[in-house]
Amino acid sequence: MLKIKRVYKTFNPDSANEVRALQGISVNINLGDFVCVLGTNGSGKSTLLNAVAGTFPIDKGFISLNDIFLTKMPEHQRARYIGRVFQNPFSGTAPDMTIAENIALASSRGMKRGLSFALSANKMEEFIEPVSDLNMNLEDRLNEPIGKLSGGQRQALTLLMATWIKPELLLLDEHTAALDPKTAGKVIELTKKIVEKDQLTTLMVTHSMQQAVNLGNRILMLHNGKIAYDIQGSDKKHMRVNDLLALFDEVRRKEQVDESVAHMIKEQYI
Amino acid sequence: MSILIGSLTIGLILALLALGVFITFKIFDFPDLTTEGSITFGAAIAAILIVKGYSPATATLFAFLGGCLAGLVTGILHAVFKLNGLLSGILVMTALYSVNLHVMGRSNIPLLSELTLISHFESYAEADKDINIMGWLVPQKDLFVLGFVLVFTALIGSLLNIFFKTNLGVAMRAAGNNAQMIRALGVNTKAYMIFAIALSNGLIALSGSLLAQFQGFADVQMGIGMVVWGLASVIIGEALINTRSVGFLIFGAIMGSVLFRLLVAVALQWGMDPNDLKLITAIFVFIALILPGLLNKAENRKKLKKLQHAED
Ligand SMILES: Nc1ncnc2c1ncn2[C@@H]1O[C@H](COP(=O)(O)OP(=O)(O)OP(=O)(O)O)[C@@H](O)[C@H]1O
Ligand SMILES: [Mg+2]
Repeated sequence: MLKIKRVYKTFNPDSANEVRALQGISVNINLGDFVCVLGTNGSGKSTLLNAVAGTFPIDKGFISLNDIFLTKMPEHQRARYIGRVFQNPFSGTAPDMTIAENIALASSRGMKRGLSFALSANKMEEFIEPVSDLNMNLEDRLNEPIGKLSGGQRQALTLLMATWIKPELLLLDEHTAALDPKTAGKVIELTKKIVEKDQLTTLMVTHSMQQAVNLGNRILMLHNGKIAYDIQGSDKKHMRVNDLLALFDEVRRKEQVDESVAHMIKEQYI
Repeated sequence: MSILIGSLTIGLILALLALGVFITFKIFDFPDLTTEGSITFGAAIAAILIVKGYSPATATLFAFLGGCLAGLVTGILHAVFKLNGLLSGILVMTALYSVNLHVMGRSNIPLLSELTLISHFESYAEADKDINIMGWLVPQKDLFVLGFVLVFTALIGSLLNIFFKTNLGVAMRAAGNNAQMIRALGVNTKAYMIFAIALSNGLIALSGSLLAQFQGFADVQMGIGMVVWGLASVIIGEALINTRSVGFLIFGAIMGSVLFRLLVAVALQWGMDPNDLKLITAIFVFIALILPGLLNKAENRKKLKKLQHAED
């Protein structure tokens, strides 16, 4: 279980551009939960995922994963338990290195890296099947630099790499946002397949209501660094795109946001 | 011919410097000015230990370790104390100037009458025997020294190549290529960077120690301009070997160093003023750095013109 307790994070404190990105977020994510995280731009979705991944220290609060205390653990040590895919397809792979080398790096995620060869004939053999399962014809191109591939191909590989060793938690931050609709659909299918196969506990940030409705068993809606709605169980099952939009409206009314913002929200989400 | 052999030998010795610069500049995109201090540091350590009667092999090993230590300090200043990369190098380089004077006890140590790795290999040759190479007479001892340096540099290059194919080495390359990604895969990028800068300066000091033994002296000024020299070698190497594979890039850096040394020897033969050497090297590196960008621009302009013609 991922426990997040009263977590606060303020960027640039006590300055003109102070941002209170997380304002006392508390939530427990159960083993095997597939959670879609929604919210307007700047509501703190990425900050929440980064706080869990350890990109920066949090100001206050407590985070643990399956009873391992993460709060003070440096980012690279948390990687042992957490797999990640970023929004930018360039972020998740080393462009000058080959596909095989990238996978080899992922295949020892969080482990000690010693002086044995990273690639061997055996390993290359092991890489072929999972890569051909992506249906992107990359299995013949294992020795090409990954920088030559398209964003969608790189994102699919990053997803494969993040889950190469089964992570205790998978963090996906708008990992299809930079892809064209068709490729995004492919990567979402792949996400579903991988998450379901290993019953991975997953947090997926998305701006697509449709994805949130179709995928997962729980929805968290963030607003101003707090959780506005936490929808699970049969409520989640019966959730439709229109219901979600209504919830966004509700958040808006509560906050008395002006019409232009509401318009923007609608434009973005439908 | 003798000049040719000498240039090849120095080129191969300075190839170790090029390999060090390759690690910091090409893999981590980190222009490391420590180089100027650490090459002298290596020469100083080797010279003083040899004069004190240590075996030249021990002296050379300690030179390598000394260089690693200097790099370690630069790495810590940069990665832990978050100083700007250039500044970290400048601070350590400046500090090393004093350290080098202390180590040597004066500004120049002659080694001509000492037993060095170089004189050790010279001693295998028959005294005053010349070898005939394509009509040129070359002292046999010079060839022995060249052979030793060639084997030594090839060995270090191969070891480095093997290292960059291990799990640790591949992760280190990734740390230079995409730090965010490799951190998410569990690598402490700061520690890796510090290690890389240390290794780089170790190789550079090794180069300095061999250079001192070959020249027959260590001098506190010998590091001046060495960063640019290393950069020139790496850039030439890259141009020679048009690929991203590490093995070839390492080979390229070695070849680049040798070729650059030969070019310099030829230019000096033709009457170039030795005082202009560093100026010309700097201009060369400048041009080599901006050339790819300019070529790209020219090509884009050509394409654009073609498009416009097509539209007309
Ligand atoms: N490293 C940072 N330094 C300063 N401010 C930051 C930083 N990261 C995020 N912020 C600010 O914190 C707030 C929350 O940002 P966050 O990236 O978490 O939003 P988000 O919900 O992911 O938005 P989006 O949908 O646009 O990705 C924003 O106001 C943002 O400007
Ligand atoms: Mg975001």
